[in-house]
Amino acid sequence: MRKEEKRASRDGWIGVLFALPWIIGFLLFTSYPLIASLCYSFTNYSVLRPPSYVGLANFKELAGDEVFRKSMGNTILYAVGAVPLSAVMAIGLAMLLNMKVKGMAFYRTMFFLPSLVPQIAMGTLFLWVFNSDYGLLNNMFKAVGISLPNWLGDPLWSKWTLILIAVWGCGQAMIIYLAGLQDVPVSLYEAAELDGAKLWAKTRHVTLPMISPVILFNVVMGIIGAVQTFAIPQLMFPGGAPARSTYMFAMYLYDNAFQNQRMGYASAMGWVMFVIILALTLISLKLSEKHVHYEGG
Amino acid sequence: MTIKGAVLVLVGAAVLLTAFTLSEAVVSRAAKKDRVTILYWEKWTGDEGEEMRKTVNFFNASQNKIFVKYLSISSVDQKTMLATAGGNPPDVAGLWANNLCQLSDAKAVIDLTDLAREKGITEATYIPAYWDEMTYRGGLWGLPSTPASIAMHVNRDLVPKEYATPETFPQTFEALDAMVDKISKKGKDGSLVMAGFLPGEPGWWHWAWPSWFGGKLVDGDKITIDTPEAERAFEWIAKYGKRFGISQVQSFSSGFGNFASPQDAFMSGKVASEIHGVYKANYIRIYSPKMNWFAVPFPHPENRPDLAGQTVVDSDVLCIPRGAKHPKEAFEFIAYVQRQDVMERLCSAHGKNSPLAKVSEKFLKNHPNKFIRLFDELARSPLAFHTPKTGIFKQVSDEITNAYQEVSTGGKTPKEALSGAQKRIDGLWATYQVQVLKK
Repeated sequence: MRKEEKRASRDGWIGVLFALPWIIGFLLFTSYPLIASLCYSFTNYSVLRPPSYVGLANFKELAGDEVFRKSMGNTILYAVGAVPLSAVMAIGLAMLLNMKVKGMAFYRTMFFLPSLVPQIAMGTLFLWVFNSDYGLLNNMFKAVGISLPNWLGDPLWSKWTLILIAVWGCGQAMIIYLAGLQDVPVSLYEAAELDGAKLWAKTRHVTLPMISPVILFNVVMGIIGAVQTFAIPQLMFPGGAPARSTYMFAMYLYDNAFQNQRMGYASAMGWVMFVIILALTLISLKLSEKHVHYEGG
Repeated sequence: MTIKGAVLVLVGAAVLLTAFTLSEAVVSRAAKKDRVTILYWEKWTGDEGEEMRKTVNFFNASQNKIFVKYLSISSVDQKTMLATAGGNPPDVAGLWANNLCQLSDAKAVIDLTDLAREKGITEATYIPAYWDEMTYRGGLWGLPSTPASIAMHVNRDLVPKEYATPETFPQTFEALDAMVDKISKKGKDGSLVMAGFLPGEPGWWHWAWPSWFGGKLVDGDKITIDTPEAERAFEWIAKYGKRFGISQVQSFSSGFGNFASPQDAFMSGKVASEIHGVYKANYIRIYSPKMNWFAVPFPHPENRPDLAGQTVVDSDVLCIPRGAKHPKEAFEFIAYVQRQDVMERLCSAHGKNSPLAKVSEKFLKNHPNKFIRLFDELARSPLAFHTPKTGIFKQVSDEITNAYQEVSTGGKTPKEALSGAQKRIDGLWATYQVQVLKK
């Protein structure tokens, strides 16, 4: 072996050694639970007793489980509302924050700050904001004679509360859109202006196509996040109250695993969730083929 | 960096990790080298936690063989379950009585029958309802740390004179309704300002609604939610939505604060009467010390005088998880807590009644709750009932709570809500019987 090859081999081993903590962590804390949960999904497993094989019984039970359907419906409605609204809000804010205005660094920081608030703190905060009796929102509108609904207690409005909170936390996506907007070549806008394009035409025919890969990325991440939503509804609407109108898929999974001691059933739910997320992601990618434009592609 | 350097860094990291792990083991187990250390996980924090800590300290000072290490743990039921599954549970776990059937079915706690007998602890030691709560399928799965019974609490200043004594306060649901109609107040805009009573406040015992009307949730080997008694209970609940307006009740209720805060509905004067546990007096003393209140048994249906004097009894329990390292020593501590003097000191400090059959006059006389005799009598009543003894109580409770919300928000009729709950529970119970009970 030549000297350079020996050195390359040694460097390779050093690299592996440094990556070892991550590799071990990945194998122990990601791969193992992933494979184990797949195995448990075919068992009756209470955590406290050894699992016993039940074949497809958990999946068959899921098919007829009314609460599962309800939680799935709630989650899909939430995702359908939260993902597009968050995307529109984030793009809108990013476009505003991309303007050449004095003090822009301050505005960008202010609009990004909400996304740094921990979820539990955010949930607690919004319990106060949306309280229909003494909450900030209803009382502000009440002062100008507008009566708003009972956001937390009315099953018709409780999901909307969660959707609005999701929109409030769109700062992360906004930053990514902002980065995408700053990559749009100025020459394209100049060319559009020469063709007589106004603001909307420039947005529609230049901005949106040029940031379409970023939109795709954020939408896919948004779908994944929405399907897995847990902390805020769990804190604000314990048990999915009122009348399970906010009972999300991940909450039902958690209750089965840790409250009802049905880890096998919860594992089956986890895999159904995985398949749903995978399907939605693939659908998004497929739909994006005609609408997403890659520079040079 | 050379390979040698990289290996050294990794070895160093491994040594640090091992040292951390070992130090954790040292801290968690061997608090006293000359004694057997018992690890005790308990749910309580704050004053209740401190009072239990005092009991632990008294026990540790009372002998020289066992040392109880007390740890206050959040979500203690779930953490005990996972620690038991992992083979490293605490020696004593402070859980809730409604956990016992599920844990017993999962063989996650040990049967205390023999250990109790050796210590002379028997059925006769306890008020029957509390003993019954601890037993399931022929075994004894826990012993009480502190118990509770519940009653109607009334703000004397918010009810007219004719209702303002324990003797004259409505004793039936029908009479209660009449009083509620008379004293509840609405604002100019139609919003509710004060309610005589609201079934949803505090909303801790929705599973008990059928029982207040004479229903049984567990009948032999069946779980029965959609009984005529349950339907009657839920029809009565639905009337409150009609009486005040569903959206008015929702809006009004959303302004209620935590039960342990001055914004609590009862202590802030938003509801004139509410059902609550014996420990409510502790919070009244702290957050509304000037409140003029009294307690009476919860009402019963007019045509069911045989149900007069019912109460829900509930307990915090001490049990020994399967795989505990020192079960005998753990039971020494549990038995110590059952001593009359120890139990009465702890229950008095927690503002609760005693679960023991024998109760001293001193305990009743010096108790911080001036209505302790009522709570004690209610717990001793043959009508006292507790959470249904089934391993799927959590699901039963969730389903009844959901049915309650469906009815109180006007989404479903009582019949629809209860039959939906029954259908779901039938499926869960059938699966549980096959998968857990192996029937």
